[in-house]
Amino acid sequence: MIPWLTIAIALPAVGAVLVWALPRVTATSPARTVGEASASASGGGTTTATAVRPAATDTGGGASAETAKRLALGFSLATLLVVAAMALRFDTSQAGGLQFEEVHPWIPRFGIHYAVGVDGIALALILMSVILVPLVILAAWNEHEDRSDGGRGYFALILALEAMMIGVFAATDVFLFYVFFEVMLIPVYFMIGRYGRGDERSKAAIKFLLYSLAGGLIMLVAVIGVYVIGGSFLWTDLVGEGSALAAVDPATARWLFLGFFIAFAIKAPMWPVHTWLPTAAQSSRPGTAVLLVGVLDKVGTYGMLRYCLELFPAAVSWFVWPVVGLSLVSIIYGAILAVGQNDMMRLVAYTSVSHFGFITLGIFALTAQAQAGAALYMVNHGFATGALFLIVGFLIARRGSANITDYGGVQKLAPKLAGVFLVTGLAGLGLPGLAPFVSEFLVLIGVYAFSPIPAVIGVIGVVLAALYILWMYQRTMNGPTKEGLAGVRDLSARETWAVAPLVALLLVLGVYPQPALDVINPAVERTVDIGAGTVADGGSEGAAGAQEEEGDEE
Amino acid sequence: MAVTSHAYLAADPVVATAADSAVLSGAWLLIAMPLAGAAILLLGGRRTDTWGHWPATALPVASFAWAVLVLFELLGRAPDARSVSVPVYEWFSVGSFTAGVDLLVDPLSISFVLLITFVGSLIHVYSIGYMAEDPDRRRFFAYLNLFVAAMLVLVLADNFVLLFFGWEGVGLASYLLIGFWQYKNSAAVAAKKAFLINRVGDLGLLVAIMIMFAVLGAVSFSDVFAAVPGASDGVLLAIGLLLLLGACGKSAQLPLQAWLLDAMEGPTPVSALIHAATMVTAGVYLIVRAGPIFEGAPVAQTVVTVVGAATMLAGGIIASAKDDIKKSLAGSTMSQIGMMVLAAGLGPIGYVAAIAHLITHGFFKAGLFLGAGSVMHGMNEGVDMRRYGGLARIMPITFATFGLGYLAIIGFPLLSGWWTKESIISAAFGLGGTQGMVLGTTVIVGAGLTAFYMSRMVFMTFFGEKRWEKGVNPHESPVSMTAPMVVLAVGSVALGAFLVLGDRFANFLAPTIGAQPHHFDVVHAFTAPYGLAALAMLAVGVAAAWAMYLRRPVARTAPKGNLVTVAASRELYGNEINEGLFMRPGQQLTRALLVIEDKVIDGAVNGLGAGVRDSSRGLGRAQTGFARTYALTMLFGAVIVAATLVVRL
Repeated sequence: MIPWLTIAIALPAVGAVLVWALPRVTATSPARTVGEASASASGGGTTTATAVRPAATDTGGGASAETAKRLALGFSLATLLVVAAMALRFDTSQAGGLQFEEVHPWIPRFGIHYAVGVDGIALALILMSVILVPLVILAAWNEHEDRSDGGRGYFALILALEAMMIGVFAATDVFLFYVFFEVMLIPVYFMIGRYGRGDERSKAAIKFLLYSLAGGLIMLVAVIGVYVIGGSFLWTDLVGEGSALAAVDPATARWLFLGFFIAFAIKAPMWPVHTWLPTAAQSSRPGTAVLLVGVLDKVGTYGMLRYCLELFPAAVSWFVWPVVGLSLVSIIYGAILAVGQNDMMRLVAYTSVSHFGFITLGIFALTAQAQAGAALYMVNHGFATGALFLIVGFLIARRGSANITDYGGVQKLAPKLAGVFLVTGLAGLGLPGLAPFVSEFLVLIGVYAFSPIPAVIGVIGVVLAALYILWMYQRTMNGPTKEGLAGVRDLSARETWAVAPLVALLLVLGVYPQPALDVINPAVERTVDIGAGTVADGGSEGAAGAQEEEGDEE
Repeated sequence: MAVTSHAYLAADPVVATAADSAVLSGAWLLIAMPLAGAAILLLGGRRTDTWGHWPATALPVASFAWAVLVLFELLGRAPDARSVSVPVYEWFSVGSFTAGVDLLVDPLSISFVLLITFVGSLIHVYSIGYMAEDPDRRRFFAYLNLFVAAMLVLVLADNFVLLFFGWEGVGLASYLLIGFWQYKNSAAVAAKKAFLINRVGDLGLLVAIMIMFAVLGAVSFSDVFAAVPGASDGVLLAIGLLLLLGACGKSAQLPLQAWLLDAMEGPTPVSALIHAATMVTAGVYLIVRAGPIFEGAPVAQTVVTVVGAATMLAGGIIASAKDDIKKSLAGSTMSQIGMMVLAAGLGPIGYVAAIAHLITHGFFKAGLFLGAGSVMHGMNEGVDMRRYGGLARIMPITFATFGLGYLAIIGFPLLSGWWTKESIISAAFGLGGTQGMVLGTTVIVGAGLTAFYMSRMVFMTFFGEKRWEKGVNPHESPVSMTAPMVVLAVGSVALGAFLVLGDRFANFLAPTIGAQPHHFDVVHAFTAPYGLAALAMLAVGVAAAWAMYLRRPVARTAPKGNLVTVAASRELYGNEINEGLFMRPGQQLTRALLVIEDKVIDGAVNGLGAGVRDSSRGLGRAQTGFARTYALTMLFGAVIVAATLVVRL
């Protein structure tokens, strides 16, 4: 039996080490000074980033950096192939259970295992992650030319992060999950603090780290609590019918639930513990933001679905309404603040606060449609917001600024860029025909079956989405061309290749999402069963609906 | 692909013949062809610049040809077996919820398909000449194709979710086309405004669908309508009003009308498309299609008629005061669509009249807009009618075609508009009671307004003295532009009689949408009191316009006007109301939340962080000032805490 998941985790990890360890070139001192100068200049937003072409390419250091980048891209593509091959072997009819399981003792004294396995949702999220990574590498190709290491460290960090992302979604040992959950912070911390944008980046990195560590600490207590009560870290031992954890008294279950939930809410990011995200996004390179918002934040919502709901079913009903309330605040609050932003990276970050509100709303509505929608939403949001961040990144690369007011009339100069910007924006506002519509619609329809008022409030978020997206598009792309944009060129071949797969995925998953749902649905049925005490399937007269459907076929 | 007739409508033998019909099972081609056009032009890029408009025009024409085949296929069936559902594939499904890409081919949908593809094709032909000089003509044609495809999805959908797909697709296409000259700020703003207001309407449709699934347990037309008898009054009323909200957005009915006049920022063929063949007709379609729901909610129906009547009058008043020829025509569209919405709200007695008027209106309104475009073409793109005048001799074809469209829209006896408008009036009075009297009278008043503002437009444009700007050299437009106008003029003259005489259209449409047969009596229309009243109002409207705009010279600058005309020319303060109610409070809320975010929520966290930092300063060497070390220390701390806990346990 091939240990698919271990290979998928190990491959980028090895890649990271290799990229980092590639022999360095000594003659980098002249390039370094140029690099520092341009880094601070672009941080101030005064020079166009394209204006500075570092001498590094001449010194031979560039050649080594080029090799490093190619190596990184190669490893990320190889990981994509491995995961794709694994996905093809995934048995969709058994998507509700764990597949490709591996269990090895790690620290036997505490019952800690290296245990991995995926169900449909985890598989979908891992696939999304490994699709995004090569595109991020491609998009960031020239971003760090002005650094002494040519960005080698950045690309190594991306690969390291990729290994951890796969690990965190695949982990089936609660302690292993916790380890990945915490360790992931380190590469992201450096990607923001060291390789980020602007003067505020180290501050933003610390804020991100402190927030996450605070959540992580609380979760650690809960993880230990789970071990004490459940007698095991193995997820399969903990969720079984007769497990000790299932028999715990509701009060304890609630505390443990809360311990996990706070960590996940910070990660998700849910109002009011979301403020690290806009700061982090503003100081991130676009590629970092893609992985941070597109993948890392999904660990929060994935954790709610997998850990909060499944480990502590007895506590769920107590938390439903508070979480639904916070989700609704996130949806509306995030959307309104997105409307008020001038920095496009911050703007997209706030749209994500709103979108994550839809995801958590869907998870805690505990209906089949809402949860399947939420799980699909995680994947779609990764692609849509990922593409949006990349496009904003292309703009920053041209103008050296993320401020909306520095742009205007770009459509005339770069129609292709504007077109892709519009398509990804439309995906973000939930236009039918593009992927996010399907998930948003499923969430809303499932939430309405749970309770009408939250669904109606959610719909207001859909209207606000049109406002923040189209207003941003109008101010940057339409109208007369702003000064300082004269030399802006259209998408290069490399940039096109970085976003084209995402646009294609958004279209395909928009008109034909059923294959993705076939993988997700069985896995969701498991967590809906947990909430069966509250609501089962969508419509309160769902059975009647099913009968009518049968009648129609005759 | 299997084709099945609706079990509740068709007898068994019909199902068997349906499966044999390649024409019907290929109904998805109706949508796929214009969609392919859009894809070719958008993905082909600059390579298709020189020839792209040819396939873009040919494909909607092909779609029309296919629709004609479908029509004959349907006509070959028994009247009660003409409702055929064509499943294409399953879009998405979870649990008991399923949204399919399923098409419904029936007399109602095929009537719309024929209108959309025929008038749409003519507008494509016209645009070849009209947009010849525009460097972005390829993109224009791509969007036109997208518009037609989206509208076809809307009318061919067999369930509300797919209908919503087309619904929002139409919103997108209109956004792209209204903002086509997006380098102008005004165009970009108008496009966004149209999309946003439409989204508010879409919200209604979306919530309606949610209620359908949650309460009725279905989203397909047949299942929803089958569940209507068992649903409570409150549910039906809620769904009805929410559907009406959706209809108001797309059809520019009060209170969601404000986008329509600004939408004139798009090139003129776009206006013809939006106002005649696509978009604004969607609301009328939705109300008629969802007839069984409205019939179960009489209060909702009354609201529909009130909204329609109010919009009809408001649109007429606005159209009477606008000097911009396109904006005046836009007000006219509001008014005419209001009349159709009113008719649709009458229930089964009004459905046929509403749709018949929608079809004839599609012809004469498209002709009027294309005529206006032709006039503008000759007048250096000027739109101010106070700077027109005396164009009848210089642009004879435009004048003749515009004139026939004019006679049709004001309901000149025996022209297309007369038949269908009389049908609406007779349906309204046919409803009986006070409601019927009031609504019928309102329509007659609306018809009088139409006669006034349209006569005003024709007098100011084609008659009187020449009030042209300096350097304007009016000329007739090329044949690619006038030919479609001629075709539409023929429709404006003859289509109404063809549809209404002998109740031809009513017999075709009525069985599938459950409309109440309502015989149209030609003689009666000339002898009955309401028929005479309508003719009298027509005469009054024309005479008033003659007295004000032909007998007296037209001022080159607009007079100051009184309270009423000022209000009318400012679109009855619709924009001001929106700004006061939504925009400004919204801006204030945004500003307030930005402060709260910064000072309260983030402020608390930053304060906490600073506190931690300050207190840790006392720890001496552990705090080296480097963020990295600091962070790693935190992590270490976490691990140590963990280890202690584990060991102690």
